[in-house]
Amino acid sequence: MYRLLLLFYPSSFRAEYGEEMHRDFTRKRQRASGFFALAGLWMAATVDALRNGLAAHCDLLRQDVRYAHRTIRRMPGFAATVVLVAALGIGATTAVFTVADHVLVRPLPYRDSGRLVRMWEARPGYTQMELSPPNYLDWKASASSFEGMAAYAPWSTSLVGQGEPMQVEGANLAADLLPMLGVAPAMGRWFTSDDERSGGVVILGDGLWKSRFGGRPEAIGEKILLDGYPHMIVGVMPPEFSFPQRGSQIWRPLRFAPADLANRNNNYLCAIARRNPDIGLEQARLEMRMISARLAAQYPNENRELGATVANLRDQVSLQSRTLVMALLAAAVCVLLIACTNLANLLLVRALSRQKELAVRASLGAGRERLIRQLLTESLLLAGLGGTLGVAGASAALPLLVRLVPTSLPMANPGIDGRVLLFSVAVTVATGLAFGVLPALRACRHGASQLREGSRSGVGGRKERLRSALVVAEVSLSVALLITSGLLMRALWRLQAIDPGFQQTGVLTLRTALPTPKYEKVFPRETFYRQVLSGVRALPGVQSAGFTSFLPIAMRGGIWAVEIAGQDRRPSENHSASMRFITPGYFPAMGIPLKLGRGVEESDGPTALPVAVVSESFVQRYWPGQNPIGRSFQIASGTRTIVGVAGNVRVRGLEAPSEPQVYLSYKQMRDGTLVWYAPKDLAVRTTVDPTSLIAAIRVIVHEADPHQPVSDVQTLTEIVESNTASRRVQARVLGAFAAIAFLLAAVGIHGLLSFSVSQRTQEIGVRMALGAKPGQILSLILGESGRLAIAGVLLGAGLGYAAGRAMQSILAGLNPGDGPAFATAMALAVMMTLAGSLLPTVRAVRVDPAIAVRAE
Amino acid sequence: MVGATGIKTPLDIYTHTGYIHSVSNRQSEIEDLLPLPEATFHILMAVAEDDRHGYAIIQEVAARTGGALKLSPGTLYRSIQRMLEQGLIQETAERPAPELDDERRRYYRIATFGRAVANAEARRLAQLVKLARESGFAPGRA
Repeated sequence: MYRLLLLFYPSSFRAEYGEEMHRDFTRKRQRASGFFALAGLWMAATVDALRNGLAAHCDLLRQDVRYAHRTIRRMPGFAATVVLVAALGIGATTAVFTVADHVLVRPLPYRDSGRLVRMWEARPGYTQMELSPPNYLDWKASASSFEGMAAYAPWSTSLVGQGEPMQVEGANLAADLLPMLGVAPAMGRWFTSDDERSGGVVILGDGLWKSRFGGRPEAIGEKILLDGYPHMIVGVMPPEFSFPQRGSQIWRPLRFAPADLANRNNNYLCAIARRNPDIGLEQARLEMRMISARLAAQYPNENRELGATVANLRDQVSLQSRTLVMALLAAAVCVLLIACTNLANLLLVRALSRQKELAVRASLGAGRERLIRQLLTESLLLAGLGGTLGVAGASAALPLLVRLVPTSLPMANPGIDGRVLLFSVAVTVATGLAFGVLPALRACRHGASQLREGSRSGVGGRKERLRSALVVAEVSLSVALLITSGLLMRALWRLQAIDPGFQQTGVLTLRTALPTPKYEKVFPRETFYRQVLSGVRALPGVQSAGFTSFLPIAMRGGIWAVEIAGQDRRPSENHSASMRFITPGYFPAMGIPLKLGRGVEESDGPTALPVAVVSESFVQRYWPGQNPIGRSFQIASGTRTIVGVAGNVRVRGLEAPSEPQVYLSYKQMRDGTLVWYAPKDLAVRTTVDPTSLIAAIRVIVHEADPHQPVSDVQTLTEIVESNTASRRVQARVLGAFAAIAFLLAAVGIHGLLSFSVSQRTQEIGVRMALGAKPGQILSLILGESGRLAIAGVLLGAGLGYAAGRAMQSILAGLNPGDGPAFATAMALAVMMTLAGSLLPTVRAVRVDPAIAVRAE
Repeated sequence: MVGATGIKTPLDIYTHTGYIHSVSNRQSEIEDLLPLPEATFHILMAVAEDDRHGYAIIQEVAARTGGALKLSPGTLYRSIQRMLEQGLIQETAERPAPELDDERRRYYRIATFGRAVANAEARRLAQLVKLARESGFAPGRA
């Protein structure tokens, strides 16, 4: 029994004093009489073992750390290498884990968020379409699978009165949305159903409240001007609340106008629902499909082929983002593995050089366990230093990586928090063990026998094989990384080479979202545009300027159904077009070429013939091979006649095909309708640096309307680049990983060969003494590294191909077996091998046979 | 496992390489160990005159303090291990007369360095008591 208690002590302590302690205890037990005395004795013994056992472990730890500290100080170069390599591996993994955790794992910050689902209408050609208010209300009334269902619509508003006019992003929320999410305001209250009727109230985000209202509690109850209308602040949300997107800062109740409730084709609502606890996702889908089918039968014209899409709210991350993050995670793990193999190799070499020291200690009575413990403390200490450095590096790199987190995730920005720290501690310990255990076991296997053999004993063949295997693993992983980053780079170039359909250089863009009701009518808008455009066009360096509803890529929606008299509309076919209202000057400002006819002109006024300029793809779809000028079609409940044809534009971004485009005259809108489509984005083509005009344009807008905020100031190039931003970040990060891996593998080869040359100096000397030419020695050494390299490259190519297949969805159509990427990676690997072998080979050729042989 | 050389564990090899003493070094080494943990001081006193084994040390300390301090085995052996490393005590090579000896027990005796440390600790405590008296704390009269 007492021996069990002794297990709490370190085994070296036990071996030393266990017998005596046991004997002491036996004597005491014999003296103790009576139950209570015995129980007390056992109790005391247990407490003693627990307390002193732990303390003895700590004593050992202190000793080992002290010893490790001394060892490390004796070889600072070695220690620095180990720490740096470990830092690279741990830092890379930590940084990527932070992002991956956000994108893939971490639950949304809502109550019981696993039961929240997002819903869309499914229409021909679109599986995820926003809801129209009447359909939403019908769904909400009929569905029984859900505890609650609530809608919201993104909302952008101009805030006037607190400093510079400012455009704020947010959403209109159904009153029951926040309670359903289970998020309470930090201050103030939720919306009520009264608010839904009367409006005029608003809830602020923590960031906006702090930046614009100084974080004053009295802000609750204050009135602010939004789009020129007074709103009362009724609440402030907690800092981590960011809905529906990262950066959303203002919310007001969702209200429906009578016209909204009548139109089943005005789709602008997003809907979230909470499943009943006993209803599965599939069951909910089934019910929603049945309800939709009923609505389709009930309203055959407006709800033709209506379906429903239901998906977990957490799964709203696109396949691309998911693949991208997974690829990065895999790459980071590769770097970590390479770092570990490299470190294991370094330590193996060092363990060999320390074999004498260890043998001396073993022969003096240090148990195997004691030595392993000592060596592991050393490697854990090194890993710990590396981990600290790595986490610091990761937190420095995070701002770059944050761009990989899609903004559509309703979460605050990722940062290094307890979860991440816990992860990196785990990784650090695992790393320390991974690179420490093997060398420690190896080093202690031989024990005292090494003492006799003397210093020159050769390296066992087994050990060499293990080290070679480690190097092959390193080479293959780094080749795989090189291949995948090469593939990504090629995919990026391929995308960047795509013509977006407009000339992106030298164009400044900005948004002046005109608030309603002030600008509900066409006339005041016209005045505003005229004044701004004439001012801007008069600026020196401006070639042309024009407004549009939404710039391509920056805004991808705004899709309407097209109908053409005399052409049958097949319901299953996609008949949508991207619709924009523009002012004259928009085409030249964007550099969109006119292929036929004319553009939109000032003469296309409210009383003139309603005209349209369409894209070539539009002509291709409806009148292939014919002249479309003078033909007419219906869009947004109006008939338009085609007066011109423009070049195709990639409205949906470089990667996706776009709907055909339709451009309408900004004057040919009816008052109060389609207000959302009122031109708001200004494009200015200049011969000077576009950003040099920002201040002047702000002044011009301010003169036209002092309350009008200017937002989203960026160059057209920036908009296009934002489209590939996450790709560029990823290619860069993966490229960096590949470079690190590459370097580490080169160091690994170098280390292995250096060591084997130094071990074989004598053999080489004998060979040379017997007449071997330097060329033969050269091929001896290079042959060794060449075999390792070939094995590594072949394995790596296989791995790289598999990885390429797995991430096909982000390769933009590139073949995962892309020749140039593979060839480059393999050529680099060969170069790396040669570079790594250079020094050891030179050393081998320079061996002086006389010295080498005499040394024995 | 253990030789009769007084070297207890392989770790002593490197701990002891640190002690290539000069006199001034030794003084600062003594200072480094003060104040002594209570158990350490008592063990030093217990082995000051006679060589004793572990269990005998526990009994001696209990007797000296009138039963006020009963060292637990864990505390005792952990202290012994540390004191050996610090060079305060040593394991003795010679044993008492066989009829008195339990063959398997190990005996400890105070080392020269341990004596110096114990003296320094006693001086430190005496100084402390003197200061306490001067401040009006009067031991013995209460």
